[in-house]
Formats: sequence, structure tokens, C-alpha cells
Amino acid sequence: MRALRVLLWMALLVTMLVACGGERASEPSAQAQRLATPVALELDAQGLPLPSLLASEQVLHRGNGEEPQTLDPHLSEGVPTANLLRDLYEGLTTTTADGRVVPGAAAHWDVSADGLTYTFYLDPNGRWSNGDPVTAADFVWSWQRVVTPDTAGSYARMLAPVRNAEAILSGQLEPQALGVEALNESTFQVRLESPTPYFLELLTHPTSYPVHRPSIEAHGSAHVRPGNLVSNGAYRLVDWQVRSRIGLERNPHYREHARVIIERVVYFPFEDENAEFNRFRSGDLHWTYQVPSGLFQWLQDNMGEALSVSPWFGTYFFSFNLTRPPFEDNRELRQALNLAIDRDIITQRVSRFGELPTFHLIPPGLPDYRPPEVEASNWTQAEREEEARRLYWQAGYSDDQPLVVELRYNTSENHRRIAVAVAAMWKQVLGVRTRLVNEEFRVFLQNRSQRRVTEVFRAGWIGDYQDAFTFLELFHSEHGRNDAGYNNVHFDQLLERIANERVPARRRNLMAEAERILLADQVLLPVYVYVSKRLVDPRVVGWAPNVMDQHLTRHMAVLRTAEQADD
Amino acid sequence: MINYSLKRLASAVPTLLLLITVAFFMIRIAPGGPFDSERALPPDIEANLAAKYHLDEPLVMQYGRYLWQIVRFDFGPSFHYLDWSVNDLIAQGAPVSFTLGFLALLLALLIGVPVGTWAAMRQNRLSDYGVMSVAMIGISVPNFVMAPILILVFAIVLGWLPAGGWELSFSRLVLPVVTLALPMIAYIARITRASMIEVLHSPFIRTARAKGMPEKTIIIEHALKPALLPVISYLGPAAAAILTGSVVVERIFTIPGIGSYFVQGALNRDYTLVMGVVILYGVLIIIFNFIVDLLYAWLDPRIRYEDSEGRS
Repeated sequence: MRALRVLLWMALLVTMLVACGGERASEPSAQAQRLATPVALELDAQGLPLPSLLASEQVLHRGNGEEPQTLDPHLSEGVPTANLLRDLYEGLTTTTADGRVVPGAAAHWDVSADGLTYTFYLDPNGRWSNGDPVTAADFVWSWQRVVTPDTAGSYARMLAPVRNAEAILSGQLEPQALGVEALNESTFQVRLESPTPYFLELLTHPTSYPVHRPSIEAHGSAHVRPGNLVSNGAYRLVDWQVRSRIGLERNPHYREHARVIIERVVYFPFEDENAEFNRFRSGDLHWTYQVPSGLFQWLQDNMGEALSVSPWFGTYFFSFNLTRPPFEDNRELRQALNLAIDRDIITQRVSRFGELPTFHLIPPGLPDYRPPEVEASNWTQAEREEEARRLYWQAGYSDDQPLVVELRYNTSENHRRIAVAVAAMWKQVLGVRTRLVNEEFRVFLQNRSQRRVTEVFRAGWIGDYQDAFTFLELFHSEHGRNDAGYNNVHFDQLLERIANERVPARRRNLMAEAERILLADQVLLPVYVYVSKRLVDPRVVGWAPNVMDQHLTRHMAVLRTAEQADD
Repeated sequence: MINYSLKRLASAVPTLLLLITVAFFMIRIAPGGPFDSERALPPDIEANLAAKYHLDEPLVMQYGRYLWQIVRFDFGPSFHYLDWSVNDLIAQGAPVSFTLGFLALLLALLIGVPVGTWAAMRQNRLSDYGVMSVAMIGISVPNFVMAPILILVFAIVLGWLPAGGWELSFSRLVLPVVTLALPMIAYIARITRASMIEVLHSPFIRTARAKGMPEKTIIIEHALKPALLPVISYLGPAAAAILTGSVVVERIFTIPGIGSYFVQGALNRDYTLVMGVVILYGVLIIIFNFIVDLLYAWLDPRIRYEDSEGRS
């Protein structure tokens, strides 16, 4: 019996040891690196890598976040789906490896003097993956399909700048009333409601892609299956196993077929970031969608040559519910909470992925935008905290009468850690008592939009196109995601003026003014600018970090390794 | 026997109906809907979507519509994976989960039963304690701990096996099958040992020994069948659970089975998909419990499912 007891204790001990080891499994052990060093890149006259430097097998394996909801560009949403659709389809415009907007299915275009009429001349080499020519009529039919209410595309509003699009979406007009026209086989004309400086960039978005009418009419919603899907991009769909893999192959009819080097690209969906990381480490993937949180230092030390971190067009912030106490009509209090947090500590000690601390809503790097000055951004943290205390007292709170507040966030390790840090800073600087409320994502979204229980809540936004408007419009009093309940007539009017302004310099000033008002009203508590972060096999070339984080496979190639070159 | 089977099948119908009803209304109680996202939909588009999927109808009507679909074996469109119906998704995922679950089950039986028997024959000796302690560890270490350790050792440090992904190849199947099988091996070994010890002390085994039968024959021909009864009753529900996939193993090894649909489906408020896998799970449990009862009759001559009037 004694022996049994000893053995049982030993078993228990071993179990505990093993279990502890499991929890720390996120800290990878040192191991031999499998990343091979590629040959040095040299380009030929056309700007393509010299064929002698390329690996014999041009196959790219990309990790791609969650399983796409659909491969129908007009119904799609989400980054993983967009990555796939950018390979499968091509809009009137497209992007270069470093993210510049360049001609795509349209070879060139004219814009009328009032900025309201765009005439696109399609590339005569444009072909569908079955060989059919891509025509102006395809675009007319496709765009009408986007705005047809029965299509029920969640991103249909992307075409809102086109004349009558909104009226058609809400059922007031027929889809044929949309401001698009095929002037002839290869000339496509679009009329806009108002001059839209970012219109050419909108055309890189999947919502604006053409779809192949005959295959949709023949297969209905099954038109996206392998064997049925006909697309006009650099790749065509050959294989799709749900939640396992989506395989694409070079489209021989693509207009720039000769410049496409990667023969096959396979997208792998992942529900777990560690699973993706393990697949990369074991050599199954060339490209990851993300990297496990909390591993930044380790990755920099051990896989630095594969780690890519660059600013992304998005902001992480907290928002106040302005329709309920304690934040209703209490700007001082909101400002106090805003000033009391130390963004450097959050980015350097908590999120730790090279995020950029920010006091603005709109991320930096927009070519046509100068952000308003935020005074507090030039102060030291001690000065901010002092001002925070002054405002906190002014708002009627003190150590004896502290603010008691609920901070809401949705389930995620990163959100949790940031919320804990923010609560600790408020406690330390002001004495605020924060109750952290963690909610499952859809419950969280519903509570946010109902505004009945929220006080302070996590928010964030990634811009759909490179223009400040994509951020500012969120705070229009009638916008569906205005969860703060911000209602400022002056701000709404500014947004309407921005939408109708034709002179770029004036439009820029109006947008900066709108952001200034929003920040001065302390509607939100900006924390940091997102970064896109991933691991890329050093042999993969032809891509560059860009603020929209768009990486088309058709620009890429796989190099030979240095050892292979020696043979 | 046939009478009994028919009765059992008939009683399955109300059970399933109850399951469907409870699950249908429970998932609808959860706040939020399938088309909520961080980018709020404009009201007109939301209305279009609701109309397309009949979510604008009263709940009772939706329930009626759903039951009518089920009767025709149509589980409806998935609300999240827009290009697929729930039938498509289950048809793609179920073979994966079945393959994995079946192999794990087989492995667990092939190892667990002999090990348990062997330990029973050495009751209270050191080897018995040793084996049972290892089994205890196998039961206690959860698979979300075991799977990363196996990946770390065999895929990353040693580089012998892939770190995940689905393919019908030995190398890709080994780690997930072993992860799934380990706790079952341990369970089966412990159950087999306990029941084998009991059987070995029963009078008919003593009689066999007194007749001078070799120990091997006693174990295999006489003791094993009755000793397996508790294992069989454990296996019924266990098989239904393992064949419908494991959320953890599927996530960690990126395997496209149907286990994740229970969780992902619920998080996405993919009503029809959750209903589909819940019904599948329910049907499997009913079937396996039925098989278990039949096996009981085959293994234990004292159990017979004839008309009760005739026998008792």
C-alpha cells in the first residue's frame, strides 16, 4: 500500500511538471533553424529576378488567418478573403508590390474636369480564366449585381460614391439606374455622386471586381467552387478543402501572364496562431498571417531575418459611451482618463510588437493629410498625469470619491492585457476603480451598439482605403458603428462638406479640422497604431511592407538557396 | 431481438425532436446574430440579409421551416461559410473526423485492453503499479498540453513528422491520432484491469483453473468477454464523442474535421451549422448506445432482449 501511495504521488508530480511545461510552451525552446539563406537577388531588364536564381519549384504556401467566408468578391469581407480574391481577380486598378495604385484591368482612364465622370479603357489583353475577353459589359453587370438588394453584400456600400448606388441599395431605384455604362466593348464609364479622391483606390477593393456572368447564371451560388469559378486575375482556383487548403494555379489567360513567376499558391487557414507558427517553423509555410503574441523578443533574437513588422493603416483605441453617465457631458473626466495612460508602457511592455503610440485617430503615413496638433503629445508623461489629476478633481472626483467605471473588451489575450494595464494606470494616477468586463465578441458588439450598458469599451479600426474619411465617418451621428453615440451637428456638417469638396487642399484642411474637433471632444482614447507582423521565408522576394498590407502573389518569386546555387 | 430494435429506434425520434427543439431555441437566445461584425452593416443591407435567410420571420415559423428541412435531410445554408450548405460542410468534415476518431479508437483498444489485462494478471505487483501510474498520467494530462509537447518534440526539435495539416498519410496522422488515443488508452487500460480482476476472482474462472486449463486460455476464452463489458459501455458515448471530432486537436493540428464547428459555429452564430453538428452528434450517441446494448447481449449470455413477458 505504501508503494502505491508513493507511486501515486510521483504520478501527480510528473503530471504537474508536464502541465506547467505546457503552459510555457509559448516560449519556444532553442532549436536548429531551418530557414535557408537565399542567393542574392538580381533583376533582369524587365525587373524580374534572373531565371537562374529561381528555385526549381515555384510554389508558395501562405498562412491565411481564418477560413474565408466566401470567394464571391461581392459578398466577401475580412482580410483573409481579400488576400485570396486579390490573387483570383483584378479590379480596374491594382497595386504594386509596395502598395501603389496602378492600372489593372483598365489600361488607362480619363477623369472629367469636375471629377464626377471616370472613363476607363480596358486592357485589350484582359481575359477571363476560361479565355473569354473581359468587357465593359462585364463591369456594368457586376457593379449592378453589387448594389442589387437581393445580393445582400455586406460591403456593397463601397460603391456608394457611384451615382444612385445608395438609392438602389435601399430599394428606391432599379439596379439599371446605377451610374455606369459600357460605351463600347472596352470602354466603361462611371458617374459619381460627388468627387471622390480615393475612387481609384476603391477599385482595388474586391467589391469592385468583375464577376463572370455566364458562370454565375449557370451555377448560382456554386459558381465559386473549383471547376466552376471563372476569374480574371493572375491565378485561378483549382482546389478548395474547407478549413484545410485553397489551391490556386497560374491563370494562363491572365493579361500579364508572362510576368507571373509563382506557379502555384496554396492558402492554409488557421484558427490558432501557434499552430501556424509551428507549421512555419517546421518548414510547411513560406508566409504567415500573424505571429503568436508575446513572442516578439524571441522572434527578433532567433528568427530576425524572417520577421517583418511594419505600420498598418489602423488604430487601436478605447471609446467612451457619451450617452450615459459618467461620461455624458463630462469632457474633463474623459480627458483625464485619456491623459492618465502611458502609451509608451503599453506598446513597449504590454503589446510589445513595435506598435506606435498615438494620440490621433488617423494613422500616420497618408500622403494627402496633415494631422491636427495634439498638445498633450508634446508633454512629458509626468505633465500629462498632473493635468489628468487636475481635470479629474475638476470633474468632481477625488480619493474619497473615486470614479468607479466599467472597461469592456472582447475575448483576446492582447485586449485583456491592455485593459489590465490601462486600469492599473488609472488606479495609480487618479485612483479610479475599474471593473474589467470581458465579453464574447458578438455579445460585445451588441452591447456596444445598444449603448445601454457600456461605459468605456475597446475599439479599433483598419481603414478600407487610404483616406482619412474612412476613419472620420465612423463618428457621424448616424453611422452604424458610432457606438460612442457622438452627436455633434458641426462635425456632421463638416463630413458632408468633405464629401462634396473638390479642391484637395481644402478637403485636407476640412478633414484635419474634423479630426481636431473629434479629439478635442475627447470622444475616444487612442492607444497605438497597429502594425502588420508576419514571418516570411527569406527566399521569398518581390514583396514589400506597405501600409494597406496588401501582398499579391503575382509579384513574388522563390529564390534558390545559397547551397543550391553552389552546386 | 427485431422487436426490441424497432422499439429502440422508435424511442429515438422523440429524443431527437427534443434535442433539436432545445438546441434551436437555445442558440437563438445568445445575443448577437450571424451577420454582426465590427463593421456595422447599414440597416438596409442588414434587412436584405435577414430576408435572404428568413431571419425576419417569427421564430416559431423559422422553427417549423427548419423541422420541415430536417425531415428532408436538408440542414440549410451555413450562415457563416456562405458558399457552402451545412450538408456540404458536414460531408467534407465528417470523413476527416471519422477517420481520425476511428484510428484513435482502434489504437486505444489495441493497446488499452492488453495492457489492462496484463496489469490485472500482475495485480499489486510493481509492474501493475507502474503501468497504472502511467495510465493515470495519460488521463490527467489534457490534450491541449500533450499536443504542443508532441509537436515540439517530433515536428520541431526532431523534425520527423509534420506539425499539422490534413492529408491521408501516415506521417500527418500519427501525432493527432496519438494525442486523441492517449487518454483513451489510459481509461480503457484502467477499466479493463478493474473488471478483469473482478472476473478473475469469480467462481467460473476458479473452476476453469481447477480443471487445469492453461492461464492463456482462461484469460482469452473465458475471462476476456465478460471483462470487456464495462469497456464496451464506456466506448459507446466515447466513440460518438471522438468521431465527431475534437476542438482542441483540430485547432492545434489544423485538421478540418467537424469538432471545431461546435465552437466556431456557436461563436459565429452560425445557427444552422451548430444545429447540424448537434443533430449528428445526437444521432451518433443514439446509434452507439444501441450498438453497445446489442454487444452486451452478445458478450454476456445472461442478457437477452426478447419480449419481456416471455422470459421474466
